[in-house]
Amino acid sequence: MSWRVWVPLFAFALFLGLAGYQLTQPKDEFVESRMVGRELPYFDLPPAMDGVAGATNADFADGTPKLLNIWASWCLPCIAEAPHLEALKEQGVEIIGVAIRDRPEDVTRFLAQHGNPYTRIAADDLSEVQLAIGSSGVPETFVIDGEGVIRYQHIGDIRANDVPILLAELEKAR
Amino acid sequence: MIAELGLAALWLAAALAALQMIAGFLAVRDGGESALAQLIRPAAIVQGALVTFSFAMLVWLFAITDLSVKLVATNSHSMKPLIFKLSGSFGNHEGSMLLWVMVMGLAGGLIALVERRLPERTMNATLAAQGVVSVGFYAFLLLSSNPFERLPTPPAEGMGLNPLLQDIGLVFHPPTLYLGYVGLSVAFSFAVGALLTRQVTPDFARAMRPWILGAWVLLTIGIIAGSYWAYYELGWGGWWFWDPVENASLMPWLAATALLHSASVLASRDALRTWTIMLGVVAFSMSMVGTFLVRSGILTSVHAFAVDPERGSFILLLLAIYIGGALLLFALRAGTISEGQRFSVASREGALVFNNVMLSAILAIVLLGTLYPLLTEAFDVRVSVGPPYFNPVGAIFTLPMLAVMAVGPLLRWRQDRMDRIGKEIALFAALVLAALILTSLLADIAILPLLGLALGLGLAVASLLPLRGRKLSRTPLSTWGMVVAHFGVAVALIGMASESAFTSERLAAVEEGGTTTVGPWTITLEAVEPVAGPNWTAIQGRMTARYNDGEARQVAPQARNFWAPLQQTTESALVTRWNGQLYAVMGDRAPDGRWQVRLWWKPFVTLIWYGGLIVALGGVLALIGRVLSDLRHRRLAARIAERRADREAMA
Repeated sequence: MSWRVWVPLFAFALFLGLAGYQLTQPKDEFVESRMVGRELPYFDLPPAMDGVAGATNADFADGTPKLLNIWASWCLPCIAEAPHLEALKEQGVEIIGVAIRDRPEDVTRFLAQHGNPYTRIAADDLSEVQLAIGSSGVPETFVIDGEGVIRYQHIGDIRANDVPILLAELEKAR
Repeated sequence: MIAELGLAALWLAAALAALQMIAGFLAVRDGGESALAQLIRPAAIVQGALVTFSFAMLVWLFAITDLSVKLVATNSHSMKPLIFKLSGSFGNHEGSMLLWVMVMGLAGGLIALVERRLPERTMNATLAAQGVVSVGFYAFLLLSSNPFERLPTPPAEGMGLNPLLQDIGLVFHPPTLYLGYVGLSVAFSFAVGALLTRQVTPDFARAMRPWILGAWVLLTIGIIAGSYWAYYELGWGGWWFWDPVENASLMPWLAATALLHSASVLASRDALRTWTIMLGVVAFSMSMVGTFLVRSGILTSVHAFAVDPERGSFILLLLAIYIGGALLLFALRAGTISEGQRFSVASREGALVFNNVMLSAILAIVLLGTLYPLLTEAFDVRVSVGPPYFNPVGAIFTLPMLAVMAVGPLLRWRQDRMDRIGKEIALFAALVLAALILTSLLADIAILPLLGLALGLGLAVASLLPLRGRKLSRTPLSTWGMVVAHFGVAVALIGMASESAFTSERLAAVEEGGTTTVGPWTITLEAVEPVAGPNWTAIQGRMTARYNDGEARQVAPQARNFWAPLQQTTESALVTRWNGQLYAVMGDRAPDGRWQVRLWWKPFVTLIWYGGLIVALGGVLALIGRVLSDLRHRRLAARIAERRADREAMA
């Protein structure tokens, strides 16, 4: 027998350290954006790939509520989210995508594989919009009303049971 | 008075667990000479009886809805149906911990009563280890989660039980799961006992095996029940979400499955000694880690359980002592346990080792995926790892494991040649290949479900091959158990692959009288009407579902509103046919007056749970077989001893 018999104990010690550290951290369930209830900050972003339109904050102020979906082709939960975005689109919801630190060819490949629910897809190479509207990660979705005011924030991937919630929030923002 | 009786019994049981622990360790040290050694078995038995009594008192308090007890007031309600009052006793943190300790006490008492095969010293060490684990849990209950705490002024009415938990599935799901978890604590105690006395023998594996089998069967049933509950109660239409709570029961199951197989190798071939010990420690560790993750609230999950950092710290401390202690003991002692018999790669042992390694790899993947958010959060990055990680990565190890599972049982122990079973391998390969080609021609499906379907069909046939050429009535029950369990795995696999390959989904807005379709079904929403239950009101969609213009079936999904506590739930409606299930969920009303309706057609989805039940049935058969052959063995040994005594008396 050799050093190998110590590996489980070592791995377990790592787990203990990690879990102990997490327990001492204050538990805030959600990193809620301070921007909910405020107007979208100014931005003007180029398209994330050929053949689509980019987006500016003015695109959200045309009278109809929309979803602003922050995603990336390198994000695993975004794949799980894709069919539910598709379902929202089928319900007549307009979704504007913001691709975070992505490459055009990756965006194209992702959308070809998992469907394209977006009317516009902006490239946010510097996480400019992401930081400005207080998003903490990818994916994240915001309900923006017809005036361009942020009304609701959904953190994490959209699951089947979130679809009706988002529809209701869109309705409220009308 | 009832509450005080329960609490007193709990304190007494805790004291006996401490006695069992101390007497056990003293007996291991001085070789069982001290008078205290005589007390170990009785202490374990009485402790089991006392803690059972204590739990019975808690159930009684819930049955009569004694609102002066805090736990009853916060978790029950006088208007609740009786069965949910009873299940309410363990549908919360304190009650479920008491259930846990009760099962552990019963298991300890049972070992003390029936286990006679192990050397007395190992037995004492095992009961001492069981005592250590129990003492920690008693301390946890009595010091930080007393279920019998009284309220100074009883409220007029209780707060009710989480409506999601008011379901018959939840009456059976936690107890079976707990019996499984805690059964693994027995395997853990055995492993620690064997390490302490350095007696890792085939006899040890034979003594441990029924406990692993029993725990494994119950875990299997618990997981199936939980999966089906999530499937029909949450209304999301899925059957596995890789939720931390689901993973918490899957991980010990994976370890127990590996342990079951390696204990078999140890019992019949005296090989894999250290590996079996290691798995014995790991299996229960996974139960504990799962419990910790669920109850400390450090991971977010759909199951909102008691979120309490203080309790989390307590469980973490217990974890550190038990698992850290066991792993330290393992590291110190593993070198002194020799590896046992050698075997060649192409042998039954070789196949079992391969599957053990694959199971461990899957376990590592699930553990990593579950802990990953914890790791990244330490660096202030929030991520969630979902099906896109677990499904493909898990499949990489599952698929080869299933292939080896098909041919492994045909191999001989110790040494064999692959060409001896060439015909069977060819048959299996041909079946898989044929299924692959056929299904890929018939439908356009993704690669993983396709492989799953083909392997499942091949495995279903291959799993029956060990019975070929045997006299069926003479085949040992344990062999039947293996065949049945492996066949069940194939059935479940076909269900999973079919569900993921062929499911069709429809989210539609339908007006009353309107019609929509999903897969081969045509569904008409006849009317939407209000209905009322004992403690809820609901809107119910009355639908007529027609399968390919065949006979019409009524479906009535509901969206329920409970008033104690206020909560909305969806009651999905299912139509089960032999070839699948129609799954309907009622949504909200759109402003134009149409109703949102969510429909799924899931071909062969029920095979997932039927397959799981067949797996559990295999475990039950093997368990009965083992227990029967043990009894036979014992009778034989007694007769030999008798005859020897006679002969000695003659001489």
